[in-house]
This record gives sequence, structure tokens and C-alpha cells, in this order.
Amino acid sequence: MTETADEHLSEYVTATIGGQLFGLPILSVQDVFMPERLTRVPLSPPEIAGVLNLRGRIVTLIDMRRRLGLQGREQGAMPMAIGVESRGESYGLLIDGVGEVLKLDDRARETNPINLDPRLARVCAGIHRLDGQLLVVLDVERILDIGVSAAAA
Amino acid sequence: MDDLLREFVTETNESLDVVDVELVRFEQDPNNKKILDNIFRLVHTIKGTCGFLSLPRLEALAHAAETLMGKFRDGMPATGEAVTVILATIDRIKMILETIDREQREPDGGDADLIADLERIVKQISESHASPTEKTVGTLVPQVLERALHPGENTLDELERAFRETPVDPVKPAASSLPESGPEDGKANQSIRVTVDTLERLMTMVSELVLTRNQLLEIVRRHEDSEFKGPLQRLSNVTAELQEGVMKTRMQPIGNAWQKLPRIVRDLSTELGKQIDLEMQGAETELDRQVLDLIKDPLTHMVRNSADHGLETPAERRAAGKPARGRIRLSAFHEGGQIIIEIADDGRGLNTGRIKAKAIAQGLVSEAEAEKLSEAQIHKFIFMPGFSTAQKITSVSGRGVGMDVVRNNIDQIGGTVDVKSVAGVGLSFTIKIPLTLAIVAALIVDAGGDRFAIPQLSVVELVRARSNSEHRIERIKDTTVLRLRDKLLPLIRLTNLLELDDAKKETDDGFIVVIQVGTQHFGVVVDGVFHTEEIVVKPMSSKLRHISVFSGNTILGDGSVIMIIDPNGVAREIGSTVSSQMAAESEAEIKRESAGDKTTSLLVFRAGSTQPKAVPLALITRLEEVDAKKIELSNGRHMVQYREHLMPLVRMSDDVRVKGEGSQPLLVFSDGSRSMALVVDEIVDIIEERLDIQVASDNPGVLGSAIIKGQATEIIDVGHFLPTAFEDWFRRKDQPGSAKPRNMLLVDDSAFFLNMLTPVLQAAGYVVTAVSSAHEALALLRNGLKFDIVVTDIDMPEMDGFQFAEVVRNDLAMTDLPIIALSSMVSPEALERGRQVGFHDYVAKFDRQGLIAALKEQADVGQAA
Repeated sequence: MTETADEHLSEYVTATIGGQLFGLPILSVQDVFMPERLTRVPLSPPEIAGVLNLRGRIVTLIDMRRRLGLQGREQGAMPMAIGVESRGESYGLLIDGVGEVLKLDDRARETNPINLDPRLARVCAGIHRLDGQLLVVLDVERILDIGVSAAAA
Repeated sequence: MDDLLREFVTETNESLDVVDVELVRFEQDPNNKKILDNIFRLVHTIKGTCGFLSLPRLEALAHAAETLMGKFRDGMPATGEAVTVILATIDRIKMILETIDREQREPDGGDADLIADLERIVKQISESHASPTEKTVGTLVPQVLERALHPGENTLDELERAFRETPVDPVKPAASSLPESGPEDGKANQSIRVTVDTLERLMTMVSELVLTRNQLLEIVRRHEDSEFKGPLQRLSNVTAELQEGVMKTRMQPIGNAWQKLPRIVRDLSTELGKQIDLEMQGAETELDRQVLDLIKDPLTHMVRNSADHGLETPAERRAAGKPARGRIRLSAFHEGGQIIIEIADDGRGLNTGRIKAKAIAQGLVSEAEAEKLSEAQIHKFIFMPGFSTAQKITSVSGRGVGMDVVRNNIDQIGGTVDVKSVAGVGLSFTIKIPLTLAIVAALIVDAGGDRFAIPQLSVVELVRARSNSEHRIERIKDTTVLRLRDKLLPLIRLTNLLELDDAKKETDDGFIVVIQVGTQHFGVVVDGVFHTEEIVVKPMSSKLRHISVFSGNTILGDGSVIMIIDPNGVAREIGSTVSSQMAAESEAEIKRESAGDKTTSLLVFRAGSTQPKAVPLALITRLEEVDAKKIELSNGRHMVQYREHLMPLVRMSDDVRVKGEGSQPLLVFSDGSRSMALVVDEIVDIIEERLDIQVASDNPGVLGSAIIKGQATEIIDVGHFLPTAFEDWFRRKDQPGSAKPRNMLLVDDSAFFLNMLTPVLQAAGYVVTAVSSAHEALALLRNGLKFDIVVTDIDMPEMDGFQFAEVVRNDLAMTDLPIIALSSMVSPEALERGRQVGFHDYVAKFDRQGLIAALKEQADVGQAA
């Protein structure tokens, strides 16, 4: 990859979850879709919302509200999903809504405040101060580290 | 890497595997010229190709080996030492090949040691068997070569002499220098090498194609009169053939996984000082290469175990009165969609005491519990993680790879492994694995409103449970069980197992899917059963793989994702207590079952003659023995008071005598409130056999003869005796009974149900013609075949049962032909539609009793008319 003048700029897909603005590095985002015909998976960890068929692939959906320890979604609210890929597997992150793509300077990213809710801190890779609100940068690998891998072995 | 070089490495590796096997055989049978020729040819080919590709080190080594082999071929005896050196040479060749594969060049260093050994043996052999030198005719002209000779090259003088010594017979040398020519040559050219990746990609794409086809079929099914139907049907057929073809490319003989074993066993026997024979049967049995890869290591491990721990030393064996040579037997064969692999040895067997002590020491079981366990249960501990009882760690085993790893590998591919051991006599492992992993037939069931797939391979049968019927769910405290053919079947409700919130109150109505895992049987209670579908198994997401009751997931024809139940996982959830209790009694039964495709429980008895007679057990309500004194004679008929009614006793023929004293065995058949009993001389046995009526009978009351347990047995037509009993009972005595077998056309797209229903219907006295689509059925009817009754599935691709009935009624104008519909969806709308299109009756798909009753009703209407 050639380095350019904006080598310090990263692009983020923004999403709202429980009123908070989050950002996902655009390189890790495959697509954004409306989850339909979700199949729940009995006995699965609570963060797993279920699985669905997205153009012939089986996608595992992760309920971001549960993952971040937030309250459940209001009845009737239509969630969106951000598709990500990890180690050859497809995942969908269930969010409340998707926003614009932002280009932000890495040098302006701040580390997590030490008093950040541990459930959030676990998956958070820093904070950007935007006009009027804060953007929490999410780390996809850490989101997907649901902690059953040990049990699965 | 150079294509040529890569090809050479692959080919040579394959040849070497063959040489390994052949050499061991050769050592045992040094006079077998054919084996020797094979080995010689292989080494020769390696040598020849090496020269071509300029691999001098390999070439020199192969040459030295070839020279020695040449001596053997000339009739010199092969000594153990010689074979060992040749094996060492082959190992060295393999090592060199590995480096070539990795670095595309030969490794540094030389093979002087081995070549010296080889040459020394050649010399020894030549000296001890000095043959008279042949006379050379002509003069030798000394010739000079301008460079030094490569090892293995002949001097021009030698070439000259060889040329002169060659007898003038042009045919012979041609044949020996081209040993592979001949009729096989054409065949050999017809195979090409394809990389495994290519095949894997093909398989994935075919799997996707199957899914897409299923989705299209589903869409077209919803649209009547679609012009897509024809082309889609063709697409469907082509897809099925393509799938089969691609699957075939993945099949490999299991012998490929065994190839290294003779060599391993030979090395082990040298190392351990034991004499071991390795027998291999069924090496040609084919299975999916993915499966093959996964069982290769477990198999090798088990054979090593047998050699190391199982077999005793020759001295110990002689002391135990056994032949000094130990035996390890490997066998493989197909059995009903599965491959069975057995590894057996005639060694000392498992040490039950030591396993028990170890299990207690590891806290797997308490001392008190251990005392209650049977030997077989204790033996199962060897599959527990980290369990090894080997006291001394040898170089052979005890490397921390235990039977738990073997079992894990086998579990992964949906297989089972079982152990049987008799102290002092031997040990045998039985592995059962599915033929392929990619596509399986599955039964789609409903639990708590969600759908799940159960692989059909493990489904034995389906039972409809109702609180007021013979099959009802019973409780022992909180445990639910079902009485099924004199056995208690443990039940588990799928909604409970999966912790689904069951909206419905737990009822005692439901479908029971009877599942067999290894020797364990259990019933899974589901809320509904839909249909069977070919599904493409996709692995679970790594986040969900820890859920043991699921083996994977799949996309159904309608595009939704569903979970595939893992029968092994469910079995583990139910607990091992059940398994051991059921295992002992069902083991023998499984052996018998697996011999045929579908077996029926038959009651074998004698009546009137010595020839055995049989009747399907499912039709018998109960077996009774009554005091002969209680049998009354009334109006020329034998009667007995039975449950406050008079029950007529029916004799199959005049040869059957009703006993005057003692107890009289009876087979009681009930139909609603009416009961009758067949008088028999004695009840012989209850057996599981395939009901395959070979000789039809025109004797009323006998369906025909079948071979049961090696004896010709008459299969009794109960349907004949039931009406005769009651006609005699209610009407005049001289009325003839209906003995004519009735022809039935059975239509169902699912082979599973066809197989399940056919024996039941045959047993009910029908001659069943089974077809898998409405079109086939219509073709038969149009061709003028006469049927007394039609039983059809509703939910079928292309043309469903409703459309089929309409065509029969309207187009074929067969208004009188009774049609009975079978369906998993019994709704008021469906019933109404069924009435409109002219179904005579509408029966739930798994309600065997209901179906038999409906058939009887139609038959009675027919007779009355």
C-alpha cells in the first residue's frame, strides 16, 4: 500500500447503539443490511441474536446492545446490521441505526477514559471528540471475542 | 516449482507407499515373483526419472537398491537384513523427496553408508550363490569414456558385453523393458491428476447449486402452472447427477489410509520383539476423502496400540496357549449408508482392574459406583480425556495421544467408536462413520415453533404418541419413557433439551423420533414433523460450536437457516446411564438390523405343521395363554371369555388343533372393540428381519413365504383372518372370505416414507406399488394398471396430492377409485380441499394405526358394494 498525505486519516462507519455514537473502521465493514428471517439459536450465549441467510452465507448476528451491556431494544424498533468478517466467518452486528462515514485523524484519537464502563472498555479502541458528541471507536476482533472459544476447544 | 518436478515428487511418493506395502509382503513371501517384479519396476522407474531430472543423489541410491532387488529377482533369497536395508533406503529416498518438495533441490550430504550396505549385501549374496559365468562370444574392444562415470552408470565395456550376451530374441526384452504396456495401458491414460483444492471448490459449488435448486423448487411449488416447471425439473435432475458425480470424485478406497500400516507393524514387530500378522480386509471400500483424512491417524494409532499393548510377546503367548504369532485384523465394509471399520487383535484384552483403578484415581467415578459398573462400562473409560494405562512409556505409544483423541476425531465426523474386550482373548474396536459429510438427508421437525433438522441416518422410526393410544408417554417420577415393543425407550422433549420456552403446556401428544446412536436408543419428542430434505451441512460459527447438541446448520429450500441436531450430542445430554442399560440388550438386535435395509419385528410361531409361520409383531395386540378348559364350543365355533366378551378362536386350517387340556397359546388381534384370537401350537421367537416375501401364495390367509433365520417361513395375512372371524360370527357360516390381495398404489416423494410405509402396508395385506411422484403414478394409471386403492402424500414437488387427485377424478374419470391422502398438515382448510378434490379419507402422515383403519374402512365399503 502506498502512503499518502492522509496517512493519518482513518475512515469510520458510524452507528448508534442505545443513543451513543460508535465508529467501526471502514476496512472491517463488509456491508450494511436489514436483518430478515432471523433464526434464534437455542443454548447460545446471550449476545448471539441468531443466524440468518445472507445471499447464501450463514451470518451470525451479535446483538450489540447486549454485548455492550445496554438495555434491550424497544418493541417494534427495526434494527440494522453491519456485516463484518473474521477468520473466514461472517458476522452481523445488530445496531439501532447507521450514520454517515467519517474521516478522522488518528492523532486526535484519545485512549479510553479509565472510568469507562468495563463492558464498553473491553471492545473500545479509543474516543474521538466530535462537535457536540463523542464517537467511540469499536474494535471488531474484540467484539467478536465472546469468550466461548475456550469452552469450544 | 517446476511442474515436472512436482509431478515426479507426487508420483514417486505414491509409488513409495506401494513399495512399503509390497516389501513387507515380499519378506513374508520371498518366492512371490509378482511382488518382486512390482517393487523392482517401481524402484527402476524412480531411478530412470531421477536421471532425467538430474537428481544425482537420489539416482545413486535408487540404483544401488535396484541392483540388490535385481539379485532377488534373479532368484537369490531375500534375507531379513536385506529387507531392512532396503526399507532404510526407501526412508532415505522419502527424506530426500521431502527436501525436494520443500526446497526444489536435493539435500546436502551423501548416502555412502547405505550404498555401502546395499553393495555389501549384493556381494554377499552373489558370493554365496555364485553362478557359472556365461561364455562371451566375440572380442571385447577396450573403450574409453571422456568423463568419470556417474554412480550407477555402466562402462561402455559392460554395455558392450551386455549387448553381446543378450539372447537374440526380440520379443522378450521388449516385454520386460516395457512391463506396463498391454491392455492396462489404455486405462492408465484415462485418469488425470486434479488437485484436491479443485475438487473441494467443485464440491462447494455443487453444494451451493443444490441449495439454489431447492430454493427454486420451493418458489415454483408456490406458483401453480408455472412455465418454469419443465426446465427446472431438468435442472434438478442434472444437479442431482452432478452432485453424485462430484461426490464420486471425492471417494477414495480406505486402503489409502492403510497403506502405511504393514510397514508400521513390521517395524514395530522388530522393535518390540513380537511376531505380528496384519490382516486387511475390504481395503477397496470407498469413502469420502475428507472422512478418510480424519480417520487415518486414529486408525494408525489403534493399530500401534494393538501391537504395543494388546499383543503379548511370543513367550507370553505360548505360555497362554496361543500361537506365537499375534494377529491384528483390520476390516472395512459398507453397511446402510455407513462404513464400519473394525480393528481387532487376539492379544490380552483390556486390563479391567487397572482401568477401574485409574478411573477412580482420576476421580471419574467413585469407588462405590465403580463396583456397580459392568466390564463393558469400565472399558469405555479408555475414551475419557487423558486416560492411558500404559505403565511403561515406549517409543510406540504413550506420547500423550490416547483413545480420547481417537474418539474426538471420530466424533467430529459424526461417527461412533465402540470397544469390546475379552480378557486373554482379544480386543476389538468398531468404528462407524458416515460415507460423506457434505450432504445428508434430514428430517425437519418442529419444536416450540422453531424448526430443526435431524440427520436421517440416525433416525430409526417415528412414533405418534397419544395419551389414549397404545403408544403413550409414561412417567417414572420426572423421567418420561415410552413403551415400544416390550422395551422402555427413554424420551427427551426437544423443547426442554434446547431450553426453548414452550408456549404449549407439556402434553402427552406428539411425535417421537426414535434415534439410534451406537448401541443406544432414545426418543426425541417433537411438536411436529414436516418432511425430509437433502441438506448441505455447513459448520456452525465458531461462536456457537460449543453447543454440543448441534452439529452444524444449513439453509433450507425456503431460504431460512436451521440448526442440525447432533444425535451424538443429544445422547451425551441424556446421559451415559441410559446408554449402558440399553446397550447390552440392543447390541444383538443392531447386528441383525444392519444386515438388511429395513427390518420388521416378526413373531414366529408354529400352527398345524412343523413349518414356521410368522406375523408382523406390530399387528398383534397381545399374546395370551388361556386354560384349555375355559375354551367353549358354541355353534361349531371355539370361543373363550376374554375381558367380559366372547372372543372367537380362529384356526388357520383344519390341521390346527385346539388343545383339550393344559394351556393354549393364542395370538390376540383387536380392532376397536372387537377381538379375535388365532390358535397356535407354540410361539417360537420374536425376531427382527427384513420382510421380503419371495414366493407369493394363493393359499388364503398366507401372504407368501420369506426366508427367516434361514428357514422358509409362511407370512400370515392377518387381514384375511380378521374379517373371516367376524363374518363367521355375524353371518352365515358358508360365506367365503376375501382372500384376494388388494393392489395399492402408494405415492410419496420421500423415499424414507415409502420405505417406512411399504412393509406396514404389505403386512396389512396389500400388494404395494410404490412410486415417488404424482407423474409416475399417473403414468401407471394411464397405462391401464388396475389398483384397488391409492394412498398419496399431499406435499410433493411438481404436482401435489390435491392436483393429483383432481387429475385422477376429472381427466382419467376414475371416480370410484378410493384415494386416501397422507399429510403432515392436517388443517380444516386442507380437509375441506381434500373433500372437494375427492379424497375418501385424510390421515396424518405418521398415524399408522389410523391409516390401517382407513384402509380397512375402504376395503369394507368395497366389499359391501
